[in-house]
Amino acid sequence: MAKTTRSTRRSAPNALDALLASKEMVLVTGSGGVGKTTVAAALAVAAVIHQRGRVLVLTVDPARRLADALGIGVFGNEAVRIPDEAFSGLPQQPKGELWAAMLDTKAGWDELIRRHAPDAKVREAVLSNPLYQNITARFVHSHDYLAMEQLHDLHATGDYDLVIVDTPPSRNALDILDAPSRMVEFFGSRLLKWLTVPYRSRIFNVATKPFYQVADRVLGSRFLRDIGDFFVLFQAMEKGFVARAREVEALLADHRTAFVVVSTLETAPAHEAAFLAAELRRRQLPLGAIVINRVLPASLSSDEAADSANRLAVLCDDEDFVTSVADAIDAEPDVTATVLGEVATRFHDVALVATREAERRSELAALTSCLLSAPSLDGEVNDVPGLFTLSRHLREQHDGADF
Amino acid sequence: MIPLTALGLVFVTGKGGVGKTSVAAAFAELSARAGRRTLVCEMDAKGSLAAAFDVGELAFKPRQIEKNLFAMTMNTEDSLREYLRLFVKLPFVGRIGPLARTFDFVADAAPGVKEILAVGKICYEVREHHYDVVVVDAEASGHIVAQIGAPAVIADLVKVGLVRDQTQWMIDILHNPEITGVVVVTTPEEMPVTETIELMDRLDEETDVRPVAVVANRVLPALFDRRHADVVERLGDAEEVLAEAAGDGVDSVLEAAMITERRRRVGATHLERLRDALDEVPAEVPVIYVPELFTRATGRRVVNLVSKALTDELDTGA
Repeated sequence: MAKTTRSTRRSAPNALDALLASKEMVLVTGSGGVGKTTVAAALAVAAVIHQRGRVLVLTVDPARRLADALGIGVFGNEAVRIPDEAFSGLPQQPKGELWAAMLDTKAGWDELIRRHAPDAKVREAVLSNPLYQNITARFVHSHDYLAMEQLHDLHATGDYDLVIVDTPPSRNALDILDAPSRMVEFFGSRLLKWLTVPYRSRIFNVATKPFYQVADRVLGSRFLRDIGDFFVLFQAMEKGFVARAREVEALLADHRTAFVVVSTLETAPAHEAAFLAAELRRRQLPLGAIVINRVLPASLSSDEAADSANRLAVLCDDEDFVTSVADAIDAEPDVTATVLGEVATRFHDVALVATREAERRSELAALTSCLLSAPSLDGEVNDVPGLFTLSRHLREQHDGADF
Repeated sequence: MIPLTALGLVFVTGKGGVGKTSVAAAFAELSARAGRRTLVCEMDAKGSLAAAFDVGELAFKPRQIEKNLFAMTMNTEDSLREYLRLFVKLPFVGRIGPLARTFDFVADAAPGVKEILAVGKICYEVREHHYDVVVVDAEASGHIVAQIGAPAVIADLVKVGLVRDQTQWMIDILHNPEITGVVVVTTPEEMPVTETIELMDRLDEETDVRPVAVVANRVLPALFDRRHADVVERLGDAEEVLAEAAGDGVDSVLEAAMITERRRRVGATHLERLRDALDEVPAEVPVIYVPELFTRATGRRVVNLVSKALTDELDTGA
């Protein structure tokens, strides 16, 4: 890079370290495509580099090469230890242990059923029900709920000092916050009651008769009965499910939990991040930090740079100047002139993007006391050294005050 | 091969954030301007389609937003009401009150019901020839297979009843390559390209719906050939000479050039990976390139720019 990051203020307490040291659960949220999984893994790397203890990163859908690098995805829900050798060659070595696991929705549901089924008969009946898989994969945002459930579980084992969860890509980032209460609502819903009323009494129940006449004609009574049978079984697990969902909900608001909202400075993700941050505040849930990823250097939007670009655009027609540059880099003058001209003209495109990013950055900075940022790194981050580099950037630029 | 512009039903999908809505809106606009009566429908009701066209909130009932162009958003409850009114002819539908309350959960729990209500409405518009073409700003790539595969799933799960009887004509429309096609939007980045490749495989394995094109959005133009690119990298060595003549801001100017060039190069490798993977797909799937627009504007302006880029590509590509 032509310019290195400005000097860090080592005397100031590091915002990221403080966050990772004081919390036991970190939920990484944000819209899809902003690098959420990578940031979650980088936070975990930052934690083990600077603190002792066992740190687990639970990811949902990592890019294959990142999963390979972390050695996960093979064992379903099982956590694996990232060997210290993965850190070899880095200027800093881990003080703690880094663990990783991948969320497996199907295995997670099976686990829930095993835990909450009152007896072996119900358990086997549910697990072997043909609708089971199809239904669990779809209803009440089961991915979101399972991520929360898994977090609760891992925290409860006491095996880890810090658990960092990369949340599933939802259409709506709020889904993750609503998942536990939706689960509770579902068990209390009239619809579940209707679905589980024995078929015959439904037909003769005056209040629900019209509904069932419609439903029967549309869906077919056989299908409705299949669904009903399934939910009768499911209802047997109500107590366990509801109690758990309430615990999971409480965990979200716990003082040991922090949310980290990840975004890029593009319009749509930044808008979503601002909305999410505001919503966390409204619900009195702890926003630990906003991480802005793939940020262009602020210097690109300076007047000084624009001025230089303008001068360069004129200078590239100046033969003497072009020759002196070409000599300095041992290149042909005509190629050099073309390149300088392009560089000067195209600068304004990038500067425009950088200016727009700076505006969004200050909008997001107003929403948090801890704004962390990382530049666009060369290539993709696929391994522990890459995550280490990312984590360093996050530690270095620990507030928005430079702007 | 049927040209993209002759299809009757186009689903536009892609990973979240790649510009799916802009591309769907641009396709719809091109089609309308070519004189085809066009309906564009947003499936996830997030409001991005209304924002893309700079029009007020859209509803289930299609609204004309310009000549030949109509827009709507999907709502499964409204779709169900319409369906009951048109097909079931139940006299007491009006008395059922808020159907959302009652049906929402059945629809949530019963596999494929919500999807079929959405996709059924779309297919209905196609079947009745209310429009020459229906462009769907569809679910993201993770959900699209469930959506367009819903009629087949339902036909499988539901053995009797009206819904089952209604699935066959939908399947006939969706599986007809002269009518229906899927356009996948991506950007030259790792995850969007990976998802695009995975979606191509899933469409092939799990459905009989045909992919017709991949739109690579926000592609940085190649500014330099190899000889020039080497010079860009070395310009840093002449920083003193440059700074003396052009001022201290010159290092930022060079950095901008290098960031862009590096991004372009990384993007190019992903596009190459995409093209290699598309070679393996049985169907012939062209890649349409839309350049990075570097525009400050949003909404209608972006749709116009994307339409223009698409026109150029469709003309040269055909």
